[in-house]
Amino acid sequence: MSNTVTYFTGFRGADLLFLAEAAWGTLKLSALSIAVGTALGVGLGWMLAELRATRPILVPLLDVFRSVPLIIQLVLFFNFVPMIGLGLSPFAAGCVVLSAYAAALVAQVARAGIESVGRPLRRAARSLGMSYGQAMRHVVLPMGLRTVFPAWVGIVLGVMKDSSLVSVLGYVELLRASQILITRTQEALFVLGVAGAFYFLLSWPVSWWAARHEKRWQQ
Amino acid sequence: MIQIENLHKKFGALEVLRGIDLAVNKGEVLSIIGASGSGKSTLLYCINGLEPISEGRVLVDGVDVHARGTDLNRLRQRLGMVFQQWNSFPHLTVLENVALAPRIVRGLPRAKAEEVARRQLEHVGLGDKLAQYPAALSGGQQQRLAIARALAMEPEYMLFDEATSALDPELVGEVLDTMRMLAAEGMTMICVTHEMGFAREVSDRVAFFHQGRIEEIGRPEEMFGKPRSPKLKRFLAKVL
Repeated sequence: MSNTVTYFTGFRGADLLFLAEAAWGTLKLSALSIAVGTALGVGLGWMLAELRATRPILVPLLDVFRSVPLIIQLVLFFNFVPMIGLGLSPFAAGCVVLSAYAAALVAQVARAGIESVGRPLRRAARSLGMSYGQAMRHVVLPMGLRTVFPAWVGIVLGVMKDSSLVSVLGYVELLRASQILITRTQEALFVLGVAGAFYFLLSWPVSWWAARHEKRWQQ
Repeated sequence: MIQIENLHKKFGALEVLRGIDLAVNKGEVLSIIGASGSGKSTLLYCINGLEPISEGRVLVDGVDVHARGTDLNRLRQRLGMVFQQWNSFPHLTVLENVALAPRIVRGLPRAKAEEVARRQLEHVGLGDKLAQYPAALSGGQQQRLAIARALAMEPEYMLFDEATSALDPELVGEVLDTMRMLAAEGMTMICVTHEMGFAREVSDRVAFFHQGRIEEIGRPEEMFGKPRSPKLKRFLAKVL
């Protein structure tokens, strides 16, 4: 045995830690992208709903982000950035692309939410002396949010899973970490099973939190 | 005092109001009757500036509602409005529905706003529903909630846009009773209504709208007792 080289070793406890660290990477990437994407998306959705003149420009633009596969957007953006003389880490590039993608999805959902609050309710709010902004903030947005909340949660869970595509840029998140471990251990099913469990652990609290909110709002 | 001078309102080619002249004094209750589409509701929307006008003037306590520099948000605090669809805010409790505008528009601290809200809700008989959500209320209760919400801004005038038209018949009474109570308290009210009994009994004056004009206006006994215009006679024959 002395002249054999060991290429493959089994799955060890330390590998679990490695995956947990990678899961933390996935969480950071997703949370940041969802936060930025939601803030941006609500702004864009407001423009779509309230400033109709922006539609001819915004709608095709958002459609590009929504319809070009994310993996292509990631590779293109990551390779385009150095061409204009900027350096971005895989994490930063992934955040930018995922945020834009999330914003494009959220924009249409936010638009639908705002439009779901009809003119009579807005007029009732305005008749009380509320300004446009006050009626938006205290009546239209909270009511619209309740309507489209499940759709938004769907986006959150989707972006969380889609963040795995950032692995193509070399960022070590959950999927990338699993691939590294699979190469070493040759135990694809087991490692993917563990990675899948980690994804579930990340998503499940979101679903649980969402369900609780919806229940509370139903009364 | 609300003064309306030569008011015209067009929606595209359709002229809904065709020259309205009307003055409503403080403390007066004016009912506006007439067929659907005669411009009654539009007039209310023009009074608080929710609809722009095409021609003429509307003055509320001397303030020109449609003048360029008018602060409509400020003006609307003096003009409470109750709609046909009660429009409660479904995401807020009954108490929050009423306390919201006093808090964010009048700038009252939360505790004070809720005190005002509680008082108004008790006034309209909803003192036991404070923590409920509007969905748990009947139509009549939601409409009384809408009245309390408007009153919480302590308006000088109340505009009622067919406040009972969307209600089941057995719920109309409680809302009309609330409106009667306000009238008895001396609130200045303009009520667009299909409730002829209410118009006759509560109003100081009744205006009959026909195709965007005031066809006849006068004291309720005259309007219902001996109407002059043939159009009013025909209208009354149909609805009474």
